[in-house]
Amino acid sequence: MSLFWHYAPSLLSGFGVTILCWAAGGALGLMLGFAIALIRRLRLAPVNGLIRVFIEIFRGTPFLVQLFLLYAGGPSIGLRLSATAAGILGLALYSSAYFAEIFRAGFAAVPAGQIEAAVSVGMAPIDTMMRVMLPGALIAAVPSIVNMLIILSKETVVLSIITVPELMYQVQTMAAETFTAFDAIFGMAVFYWLLVEVVSRAGARIEARVTAYLAHQGAPA
Amino acid sequence: MKPEVILHSFGYLTRAAGATIAVSFAGIVLGFAIGSAICAARVSRRPWLRRAGAVYVSVFRGVPLLVQLLFIYYFLAEYGIDVPAIVAAVGALALSSAAYQAEILRGALNAVPRGQGEAATALGFSGLDIWRRILMPQALRISTPPLISEFILLLKASSLVSVVGIAELTRVSMNIASETYRPLEAYLAGGLFYLAINLCLAALGALAERRLGAPGAR
Repeated sequence: MSLFWHYAPSLLSGFGVTILCWAAGGALGLMLGFAIALIRRLRLAPVNGLIRVFIEIFRGTPFLVQLFLLYAGGPSIGLRLSATAAGILGLALYSSAYFAEIFRAGFAAVPAGQIEAAVSVGMAPIDTMMRVMLPGALIAAVPSIVNMLIILSKETVVLSIITVPELMYQVQTMAAETFTAFDAIFGMAVFYWLLVEVVSRAGARIEARVTAYLAHQGAPA
Repeated sequence: MKPEVILHSFGYLTRAAGATIAVSFAGIVLGFAIGSAICAARVSRRPWLRRAGAVYVSVFRGVPLLVQLLFIYYFLAEYGIDVPAIVAAVGALALSSAAYQAEILRGALNAVPRGQGEAATALGFSGLDIWRRILMPQALRISTPPLISEFILLLKASSLVSVVGIAELTRVSMNIASETYRPLEAYLAGGLFYLAINLCLAALGALAERRLGAPGAR
């Protein structure tokens, strides 16, 4: 137990890096995914073809291989990133492919009749987008977004393999220095289980709140 | 870019792809056996069994696979169980996948209309016959497409077993990268192999979905 206190600062900083990578990677991934979904709606054949290839590549290959490609392969094409930057960019690109599909499904879930109704009462295209399509699409997408963010929180441990100093990396360093591999990894497992349980519960609440808020926003004034 | 790096190690990568498929396949099959048992526990009439099944699913879906893998690896070492790393690797993939497969199977069982079981009971089918002739065939049919999706996810997740030294696609790509000092080409090649395998699996999944669509869907 005294060992634990000795390593508490490095574990805490590791937890900080984990949260940073998760939040930054998730936020960037959400923005990129949303942008991709919007561009897709313009229905430009060559662009949509490229987007499909992008999505297939990032959903069809392991996250670990993508990370290696960015971190180890990047310098060959002049892309030199620190481990943490490569980790965040990797999380963002990987999740953006999934988020793009989630947003696409969200837009598809808005009933055509609502859009037609908005057009027929004379709403400007931008208003149709902001007041009808966007709230409807987001309401449909929120559960999948929360789910993907939870999956992403688990993917952050993979960053330890490319030496991002996040929690898993710090735990393994501690384990190697103190020969307590089993206890350390057991602690890590319990910690993550609790974290995901808490995040899932919180996620369900946030889901309900966001849905209520959006439904209110989308309602005719 | 030096594409010849990829061509030179093509045979090496093909064998590694075989190892990736073998490890993932062993994981999905073993995971199906364990997952079926967990699913049976989750739909059991005994509350403590249902509870135990729910805890299993929550733990194995909540803890990252890399943590599970290293846990099993160190657990075996801690208790002096001397088995090759491949056992820990396949075991971790199977235990983790079992949690997801149990939920897929449970969902499929719930999708079989309740009335069918009741009708069979009314016709005098025994409990075992209801399982064997009515519930199981339909649940398997409904769960085939999501099980193939799970196989794709597991195939990608199997890249993590490179950490315990299994010579599969990711590990071999790492070796090629360090031997040739050409990481970009090596990981691109590895990635392309994963992509090719997964696109084949996705096509298989689409085919299964068309052929085995839920009864009544057509």
